[in-house]
Amino acid sequence: MRRRTRALALVLGAAVAAPLAACAGSGDGTPVLTWYINPDDGGQATIAQECTESAEGKYAIETSVLPRDASAQREQLARRLAAKDSSIDIMSLDPPFIPEMAEPGFLAPVPDDVAERVTQNVVAGALAGATWDDELVTVPFWANTQLLWYRKSVAQAAGLDPAAAAVTWDQIMTAAKDQDKYLAVQGTKAESLTVWINALIASAGGTIIENPEAPADEVELGLESPAGEAAATIIGTIGKENLGGPGLPTEDEGASLSIFQGDKGSFMVNWPFVWSATKAGVEDGTFDQALLDDIGWALYPQVTEDQETAPPYGGINLGIGAYSKYVDLAYEAAECIVTPEHQAQYFATNGNPPSNTEAFDDPAVVEAFPMADVIRESLELAVPRPQTPYYNEVSTGLQQTWHPPSAVTPEVTPTKSSDLITAVLRGEQLL
Amino acid sequence: MTTVADKRPDLRDAAAKAGRSDRARSEARLGWLLAGPAFVVMLAVTLYPILQAFYDSLFHFRLTAPDDKGWAGLSNYAVVLSDPLFWQALGVTVFITVVTVVVELLLGFALALVMHRAITQLRGLLRTAILVPYGIITVVSAFAWFYAFDINSGYINHWFSWVPGISTDLNWFAQQGTSLFVIIMSEIWKTTPFISLLLLAGLSQVPTELEEAAEVDGATWWQRLTRVVLPNMKAAIMVAVLFRALDAFRIFDNVFIMTNGANGTEVLSLLAYRTSIGRLEIGLGSAISVLLFLCVIGICWVAVKLFKVDLAGGARGAS
Repeated sequence: MRRRTRALALVLGAAVAAPLAACAGSGDGTPVLTWYINPDDGGQATIAQECTESAEGKYAIETSVLPRDASAQREQLARRLAAKDSSIDIMSLDPPFIPEMAEPGFLAPVPDDVAERVTQNVVAGALAGATWDDELVTVPFWANTQLLWYRKSVAQAAGLDPAAAAVTWDQIMTAAKDQDKYLAVQGTKAESLTVWINALIASAGGTIIENPEAPADEVELGLESPAGEAAATIIGTIGKENLGGPGLPTEDEGASLSIFQGDKGSFMVNWPFVWSATKAGVEDGTFDQALLDDIGWALYPQVTEDQETAPPYGGINLGIGAYSKYVDLAYEAAECIVTPEHQAQYFATNGNPPSNTEAFDDPAVVEAFPMADVIRESLELAVPRPQTPYYNEVSTGLQQTWHPPSAVTPEVTPTKSSDLITAVLRGEQLL
Repeated sequence: MTTVADKRPDLRDAAAKAGRSDRARSEARLGWLLAGPAFVVMLAVTLYPILQAFYDSLFHFRLTAPDDKGWAGLSNYAVVLSDPLFWQALGVTVFITVVTVVVELLLGFALALVMHRAITQLRGLLRTAILVPYGIITVVSAFAWFYAFDINSGYINHWFSWVPGISTDLNWFAQQGTSLFVIIMSEIWKTTPFISLLLLAGLSQVPTELEEAAEVDGATWWQRLTRVVLPNMKAAIMVAVLFRALDAFRIFDNVFIMTNGANGTEVLSLLAYRTSIGRLEIGLGSAISVLLFLCVIGICWVAVKLFKVDLAGGARGAS
């Protein structure tokens, strides 16, 4: 009995002491910058280590992992910044949430010289995503975009060659229907649905918000427009005609990939991670090499034949916490993190495409991602999701009204979502 | 035993009327001293947040727009109470509460009977086996159920494809009915052991002499159950129902993991979470939380006043 008590005391003592020891930090007086990162395959931690080494004692970067879900990352950072948390030095931020952080002054202003250096050779989509109110508020790090991935066999049978000539949603819908295959799109009630809606509306020449910088009660939405109706027609048709399969109402990016890799796979819109994931699957024997050989890629589908596509834009930018004790050092560190070499290395090892065009020429990148040039082209065309401090309301309002896909109609859905979002922004309705 | 417990307050009152002895007074003082620290801690961690939430609910306050904070009066409550979404969430919450509590009560009672009657050697093993689901963290069990029913990775559709209505193309989380079914099933699986444990405590309090006497008088098994056993464990049943109803009313994890409120499966806790944590609308979210709290108080009031649950007696029964 006594021995058990002593063992318990030891365990308890260790449990109390271990976190305390972790708090002690480096005793040599080097400023420690904390970089809040989104979970990845270890690429950001490697870059942090490399930058710490090259800083030669000027600063050290420590990484701290945020939740996996982008909106959960935002929740944590926003709450801590609202409480003026000085431990937040560098943050990996999802672009849609940047205006919300920039507007109340949670981000330290970017010094002019830094702004000039970090915007050189940056793709248009990433630059737009790092800007709020015509000012650069974050440092562009990596930029993501969705491509159209297709099974060459299915495209060939339908007489399509997406790599050679742009295809439209109508064409891929018809092809999937004729061959009794499933289109892999993201119909789950989550952020990925907003990504899809935004890309469709932008590809049809519209915008979700007409005046993104307006205060909440004056925001005007562009959903009730030909572009909004075109988007609703596409989503509604895919839902009603079961072109996405029974899993569509709960289908996220990962589920899309499974469907695309399966027997009913045909066309898929998705981020480039699908390539490295499928390649890894072939290497460990889950899939045949034939599957990988059958996969082609092209720019995101167009809504109409005569209008250029507007693919989704995602990625991560680096924000510097306004309450950080070392703002200057943090910007120095951020500049080190986003060098083209680090971006290229991050793409090749973790599959996240660079925002700097120079990095695309790196041989390691071309080897790991044969479609790097298409990704680069797509990033130049990419259109960010609505940039507004009320992004969460807009996005959730869209998900609330455009889900499930089979219930979407061009006559009702755009108006319904417009009414809901407007009422929510005016504080008259719950979300 | 409960009959004795019911009479105790009268005895206590009589003693109080007769004037307290020194010993009783010092005992009472000791009682306060012993319970005092816990009482203070409880006030700090429950009363303070509740008052703070009520105060916050009177403002228009968004965490990312601290400068725009303004007095709202009761207008947040007006917005919440006039919104169909709130009433729908309330309806779903009540539905889940009623269904789970009723099913769990029946199942839990059956399990309690099995545990009570099991031969001594098996009793420990049986109790452990029945208690296992209750020991699992709700989030973990929610994920387990989610992946079991998921259309891509789940096995339920394959195992039960012989059941009419279930096929490999059935997406459980795409409609309200099927989503609620899985949520409720998972909730029942997880918390029935809790109810059965409380009922087992009640069962073991029923004096065997009463049952034996009834048996001698020629009562059937059913008569013994309804006339002797159930009336004697009423307190335990009501406590089990009350605790479980309060618990079920605050359901969050299962819905959050499985549907996140899609297809009309929104519940009150999730709505409060999405408003104050997701939208960072502290004022509006606090208003929902306060209303949720009032609902819980309401359930307690109904149970204690209308069904006359004797919490102290029940607690003694449970110990």
